This record gives sequence, C-alpha cells and structure tokens, in this order.
Amino acid sequence: MATNISTPAPPQGSEPNWTAIERSADFKALVSAKMRFIIPATIVFVCYYFALPILVGYAPDLMQHKVIGSINLAYLFALSEFAMAWIVMGLYVRRARDFDVQEKHVLDEVKSGALR
Amino acid sequence: MSTSLLLFLVFVAITLVITYFAARRTKTTAEFYSAGRSITGFQNGWAIAGDYMSAASFLGISGLIAFFGYDGFMYSVGWLVAYLTVLLLVAEPLRNTGKYTMADVLAFRLHNKTVRGVAAISTLAVSLFYMIAQMVGAGSLVSLLIPQFSFNTAIVLVGALMVVYVIFGGMLATTWVQIIKAVLLMTGTILLSLLVLAHFNFSIGAFFDAIANVKGTIKDAAGTVVATKDFTQPGLLYNGKWGALGLISLGVALIFGTAGLPHILVRFYTVPTAKAARTSVVWAMILIGAFYIMTTFLGFGAATLVGKANIGVHVTGAKAAAFIAEHPDDAAKLNEALTTNGYIVPAPNNNLAAPLLAGKLGGDIFLSFIAAVAFATILAVVAGLTIASSSAFAHDVWVNIVRHGQVSQGDEVQVARIAAGVIGVLAILLAIALKTLNVAFLVGLAFAVAASANVPAILLTLYWKRFNTTGTIVGMLVGLVASLVLIAMSPAVMGVDAPTVVVRHLIQAKAIFPLDNPAIVSVPLGFLAAIVAALLTSDPEAEGSFHELTVRANTGLGAEA
Repeated sequence: MATNISTPAPPQGSEPNWTAIERSADFKALVSAKMRFIIPATIVFVCYYFALPILVGYAPDLMQHKVIGSINLAYLFALSEFAMAWIVMGLYVRRARDFDVQEKHVLDEVKSGALR
Repeated sequence: MSTSLLLFLVFVAITLVITYFAARRTKTTAEFYSAGRSITGFQNGWAIAGDYMSAASFLGISGLIAFFGYDGFMYSVGWLVAYLTVLLLVAEPLRNTGKYTMADVLAFRLHNKTVRGVAAISTLAVSLFYMIAQMVGAGSLVSLLIPQFSFNTAIVLVGALMVVYVIFGGMLATTWVQIIKAVLLMTGTILLSLLVLAHFNFSIGAFFDAIANVKGTIKDAAGTVVATKDFTQPGLLYNGKWGALGLISLGVALIFGTAGLPHILVRFYTVPTAKAARTSVVWAMILIGAFYIMTTFLGFGAATLVGKANIGVHVTGAKAAAFIAEHPDDAAKLNEALTTNGYIVPAPNNNLAAPLLAGKLGGDIFLSFIAAVAFATILAVVAGLTIASSSAFAHDVWVNIVRHGQVSQGDEVQVARIAAGVIGVLAILLAIALKTLNVAFLVGLAFAVAASANVPAILLTLYWKRFNTTGTIVGMLVGLVASLVLIAMSPAVMGVDAPTVVVRHLIQAKAIFPLDNPAIVSVPLGFLAAIVAALLTSDPEAEGSFHELTVRANTGLGAEA
C-alpha cells in the first residue's frame, strides 16, 4: 500500500523489483508503444479542438458562411469536433488492445520470477 | 399535489431505497470511498455522465444557446472533447496508482504530507465552489419548478438528501443515484429533441431556417446596438476586443479542467481495473457526446419556439408579484422580499429555457417530468461532490496528515461520514448566504482551479521523471492563487450593477482583468511554476520513486483491488 504512509516498507523480496521491471525490454516496448500513440493523438485533438474557437473568434465571417441551407461552417465544424472526439476514442480503444497484450507479457515475466 | 412534486417524491423514494440497500454494503473504507471497486465499466460510464452533466450543462447550456445562439454551443463542444484528455492521459494510470483520492496519486512519489495537504485543499476548494454554484442554482430553479418549495426549503432539501445518500450509502448509493439520473436525463433529452424535430416535420433544414430567423444584437459599453446577428452566427456572447481570447480561454479551462475535477477522478477508483476505467470513459463519452449534440435541439428549440423574451423575467407568488408592482426599483426591498417569500427571481433566468420548451411542446406533464429531471440532476452532482470532498478531508487531512495513518478502518469511515455532514451543512449555509450574488462564476472558478492547479501536478507526476515535491507544491499553489486572483479581478466578479439589479456582482467596481475565464493565463502559469520549481530543486528520492510509479501506472501491478 504505497499510498498509505503508515505502512512500513515491506521486506525486500515480497515487493516487485520496480527498477528491474522498468528496465526490461518488454516494459520499455509497452511504454514506447503507448507514447507513440498517445503523444500524436493528444497533439492532434488539442490542435483540432482549438482550431474551432480560434476560427470562430478571429474569422467569424468565414465561419458564418452558409453551407447547406441555413447551416453554416461554424456549426458543421462544431459537429465535426464530436466526430473527431469519437474517432480518436475509437482508435485509442483499438490500439489499447495491443497495449493489453504487451502488458500481459510484462506481468507474465514478473510472475515467472524473471525480473527479480 | 402537483405532478412535479409527485415525480420528485417518487425519485426521492427510489433513491432512498437504494441508499438503504447500499448502506448494508458500506462498512469498510474501500466500500465507503469507492463502492468496494465493484462497479462495472459500463455502469461507471453512466455514473460519470450523471456526475458530470450538471444543472450548469443541462439547463445552463440550453439557456445560453436560447439567449445567445451559436456561442452557447461552444460549451457543448468543449465538455465532450475534454474527455479525450481524461481517456488518453489520466484515467488508467490514475486507477492503477491511486487508492481513494486525487491526493493519493500526487503524494505517491514522496509520501509527502505537504503535497497531500495542498492536494486536499485544492480538492475541497474545487468541490465547494462547484457545490455552492449548484446549490444556489437549485434554490431558484426548484422553487420555480416546484412551487410548493421556497428558495431556502429547496436548498435545505437538496443539501439534506445529498448528505443522507453519502453518509449512509457512501459511494455505492452515490453511484446509483448518478446512474438513475443519467438515464432520466438522457430519456428527457431524447424526448424533448424528438418533439422539437417533430415540430419542424423532422426537417433539419427547416429547423435551421427558423434559427436563422431569430436575431440578437451586440451592444457596446454604452448600450448602443453595434451589430445584429442571427442565432446560427457566432459572436452574440463572445464579442468585442476580448471576445476571441475569451472563447479560447474558456476552451483551455474546459478541456484541461475536466481531467482535474476530483469528483470525476474518484469515480475511476470504483471500477476493478484500469481496463474497466477505460471502458467507463468510452461509455461516458458516448453518452456525454450524444447529450451535448442534442443541446442543439434543446437550446435552439427554446430560442425558436419559446423565445428569449418569454424565458426572461419570472416572478411567482401573488404576494411577490404585487410587491414588485409596488416597488419596481427598490433593490433593498426586493432583497428583503426574497428573504421572506423566498421565490422571487426578478433577474432573467435562462436556466428555465429547457423546462419551458418542454411545457410548450409536451404540456404540463412533460414540464413536470423535466422539472423532476432537473432536480435529480442537481442531486446526483452534489452527492458526487460531497463524497469527493468528504474523502479528501477524512482520508487525506484527518487520517494521513493529522493522525499519521494510525486510524482504524471503522474510525476512518466514521470521520468521512461526519465530514460529509459538516460539508453539507456548510454548503447549505453558504448557498443561502450567497443567494443574491451572481455565483455563476463559481463553476468557471472550479474548472480554472482544476485546470491550473490539479492538472499540471497530475500530468507531471505521472509522466515526468524529474518532477518532485517542490514542483508539485509550488505548481499547485501558483495555479490555485492565479485562478482565484484573476477571477476576482474579472468581469465575472467585478462589475457595476444598476441599483435595481437583485442578483449582483460580488465587487461593485470595473473589472481589472478582461476575461471571464482566466485559464489561458493561469494554466500556463501553473505548468511553468511546477516545472521551474522542480528544475530548481534536486530530489533523488522523488526521481527514484518514478520507477515504481511508472511500472504501476502502465501495468496495474500492485494496484488497489
């Protein structure tokens, strides 16, 4: 119980060897696979999100251009933000299945005692 | 008995039965704080939606769109996209490394009491600001929708119910109240959207043509009309010199703030694994996204079918009406009447847009249903805030700081229950004391503090090896103070009201800081302060503990079960 400051440090051996796990090839592969998805996905969604208030705020004439009947670019862009959020979510969920497999490799290795 | 009151009583009865059964399964700390981690990802997704879609979003957004058109819809967008931050960066590592509170994660690397204390203060501040805003809103709203309740009765009732849910049923009862509320809210919103569409013969084109026929005006400081726009066009709420920056700053607060709201974060401790935490965000995003898209129909529906003029001033009670007729510009007398009669809301109340639209399209029964949904909405959110803040007090302040962890489980739950009661009483008293102040800024303040103080600390703790105690403490304090000071100087708090205005600005003077929401300044300040303070100090122990943190965060090894 690392979060409970009253708990005395458990004796060496019962606690996983965190440093060894962190240095293992499987763990490094898991973290870098995650980061390879999460970092670009975060950059994309933040940029796409802020494009809306920036365009609405600084180019209102462009954004109030009517596209279909009375529906304008500003509303369609706003709707596309919902689509964007759900697409990024779907992509993440799909990629995360691979992370789960990689995570299991790491945990199996820990269980087998290879990372003491 | 009115239908609203009846439906409300049915809701209360159901939630109290749930609380009764939940109470039998709420003995240990894990049961009280996190429902024994027994909630499934799917259930938690609904509960997050119920915890998150507050009166401010359901009623507030509809009202903003009904009053200002397109600009109101900008909030809807931010409130969904925010969950990508939660999904990609926070939910799973938080579930893997924390136990009961936000502070658990922040104090993980050094088990430092000052870090825990600052995190607890921030949790309590965010939750109380949010709660008071909800309670004051609840007071005026409920007293209008359910005429049997006065302003003060409504607040006491909301406060008492939230405390009962939390004290007896802990997180389990809170979760089910939130799930039921989310089901009710989605049902009501879908029905209302269908009624609006049916009115336009299910032609989106005709609906938008009608919206384009609703006009609004932009006025300058002197009150002269400088532009007229239709409701599909941006600019009716955010305009002028600072309009665009205001819009961007709001966006910063929304998409970073959500990942720092303690009452949302603690929901991830109620599921058994990080995978279930991921599933909960997915379900929450589906529900929240669908809901906020439908605010198009709620808000623009109210704008086209009810009209801003008819949502404006509402005064109920024969006595109140007569009083206002007699003393139209006497603010002091109005305040006095508000205190004694309790149900005068002479200021325009755009929170009524959705209920009035329901009444117009679905008749009194549907209006009553939406009114009951509004009450359920408020209750579910304040219950979530109560449990998050009582956990922070009991687990962080009392157990880990005051008693150095030397407290039995039974005593800890007892302290959390007492804390919930005290927080409830405090919230009731503050809400009654502040009812004539414009407290809408408190929601913005909660988001700003969450985004500027909590999020930098959480992200840097989880992802930056070099981060340490000094960085956490300095970053959180700078983020907290910057948000508070900038909001206090902003038009949300400072403004000169005409003597007739009853719901007044806190400080009667011209605003110093131009933006309603300080996030565009305070979030970078929070990050910068945290990073610089960490770089200026060396803390080998904190760096060393990053090994354990990152392994736990990424694999779930040793996570609380």
